[in-house]
Amino acid sequence: MSPRKRQDPMDAVPDAARAARVRLRAEGLTLAYDGTPVVHALDLDIEDGTVTAIIGPNGCGKSTLLRAFGRLLKPAGGQVLLDGRPVHRLPTREVAGLVGMLPQSPVAPEGLCVADLVARGRHPHQTWYRRWSREDEAAVERALRATGTLDLAERTLDELSGGQRQRAWIAMALAQETELLLLDEPTNHLDLAHQMEVLDLVLDLHRDTGRTVVLVLHDLSLAARYADRLVAMKDGRIAACGTPAEVLTEKLLREVFGLRAVVRHEERTGAPLVIPLSRHEAPRPAPARDAATDAAPPLGDPV
Amino acid sequence: MIEALSAPVPAEAGSPRRQIAPERSRRRWAGLLVLLALVALTLLLSIAFGAKPLSPAQVWHGLWQPAGTEGDIIIRSLRVPRTALALVAGAALGVAGALMQGHTRNPIADPVLLGISAGAGMCVVGSVFLLGITSLYGYVWFGFAGALGASVLVFLVGTAARGGAAPVTLALAGAAAHALFTALTAGMVIFDRQALDTYRFWTVGSVSGRPLELTWQILPFIALGLALAAANAPGLNALSLGEDVARALGVRVGATRAVGMAAITLLTGTAVAACGPIGFVGLVATHVARYFTGPDYRWILVYAGLLGASLTTAADTLGRLVARPGELQVGIMLALIGAPVFIHLVRRRKPVRL
Repeated sequence: MSPRKRQDPMDAVPDAARAARVRLRAEGLTLAYDGTPVVHALDLDIEDGTVTAIIGPNGCGKSTLLRAFGRLLKPAGGQVLLDGRPVHRLPTREVAGLVGMLPQSPVAPEGLCVADLVARGRHPHQTWYRRWSREDEAAVERALRATGTLDLAERTLDELSGGQRQRAWIAMALAQETELLLLDEPTNHLDLAHQMEVLDLVLDLHRDTGRTVVLVLHDLSLAARYADRLVAMKDGRIAACGTPAEVLTEKLLREVFGLRAVVRHEERTGAPLVIPLSRHEAPRPAPARDAATDAAPPLGDPV
Repeated sequence: MIEALSAPVPAEAGSPRRQIAPERSRRRWAGLLVLLALVALTLLLSIAFGAKPLSPAQVWHGLWQPAGTEGDIIIRSLRVPRTALALVAGAALGVAGALMQGHTRNPIADPVLLGISAGAGMCVVGSVFLLGITSLYGYVWFGFAGALGASVLVFLVGTAARGGAAPVTLALAGAAAHALFTALTAGMVIFDRQALDTYRFWTVGSVSGRPLELTWQILPFIALGLALAAANAPGLNALSLGEDVARALGVRVGATRAVGMAAITLLTGTAVAACGPIGFVGLVATHVARYFTGPDYRWILVYAGLLGASLTTAADTLGRLVARPGELQVGIMLALIGAPVFIHLVRRRKPVRL
């Protein structure tokens, strides 16, 4: 958990202290597709050793931001700093040794088996004179083990269930053995049980190895359950940033997502739960909505 | 931090891949041996059989103790050169076909699709039409220049498109280039009988009547093309997971595509220049290779090269036997054998998504 509330990423933390804990950072980052800006002069620090979830409505620029963090997109302005160096000026291979990235809904050629997919994660560690080594073999086996896909190693991806396939892709990113891992909607198109399966795995990785994980998630309650820090984006800007309890408020949901919702707190973990309200449901009394405090009523209250 | 997860993995002697998927690895090596044997077999058959029946003793004599008999001359000046050219060009076309399918993510990619054959054809016809060149040696290098020019053009047009040399833009640029070159070629052969005669023999695709020196001359280009193809295989494997994943894995996408295009250009350019546009080899060899190896370009390229060499050589040999004492050109034979086999393959297995 982030120990401090950090609404403004550029707040007054001494540079030295911050440098020790932040390896990945966006500075005045502007991102554009074909000249149309999608992300505007954005500042964001990814705290080391945390799980950060980026949330926001469709088209808010969250995937774009993740792509820039992974050096897949060149900034139109500002920069992404990795260990203090601008990431798009570093060689691709060097970045690939430090940051692993899994794009949204990746596709594999038909007939590719899990072991071969995961083995391709070793690409940044290989050169034309140094091909497959025992270290690569060990890394692939670790990745397969960590994701519970060792038994699936010889199966082809097309034979797997959605959750298994996603675990195999994560295993590929893991085999890269980077300390930073960027996942773009890893739970896309999965049913709830498989979403939990994938996010539990992400949490395992984070806890077992101290990896820094940044993920883009759509499900707000799951994001709150699994992330230490939430970054809410709207129209290419950061609307809020902090612990799940700080960020997921009824007011923010209304402002950022245009969503009428009630936020409760899960009894066991205290994580915020978002209960969306249908247009067909009777609106709640006006004062309760406008108050929009962080302290929502406990679960079980009649809506 | 990452080390916390490093459970010690038992180290074993031998191939480090043995622990995961050992069965497939064994199968791939076994398949490689089978293919090498197949190449050797087709090579022997191609030298042993032809329009004029020769006994094994005569063949042996012609190869090792030539004394200028008719059989010796047939072996040394006809069969050995065409066998060598068929092997080399077939391997080049097989590997190039696999590269083309990989880079365009298009299961029907071949030199025709990328406009390379049409570019070579146009320059061959142009050299006859404009410069009056009629000898094979004269226009071979024009064909090479045409193939080179066409693929550079296609690559540049494909790259200039928004988003860089994406599979679709490459294929579309190739189709456009093909249409343009074919039209220009047609325009020239309509006006010039000499150009038409040269073109209609060239465009069938043949390995006969080429001296052994020609094979030696194209060999360095093909060797360079094969080396580039080998260097391209890991990058192509990563690219087959999508450009974003490839970049995240440290692949320089533009450079990898450029190396791939350079290899394709050298391999098809030389093969097409020397033999004419032999169609179908790259297509069939790559599909058969992928059927056995799965989607791993390090293996697909090797398999496709060996399959291309043996297919071309076998088709050329058959072409000499079916129409004795005349012969059917290798390009015609390949299509005659290749098309039914290919249709059978496609009907039995649904076409793969690349």
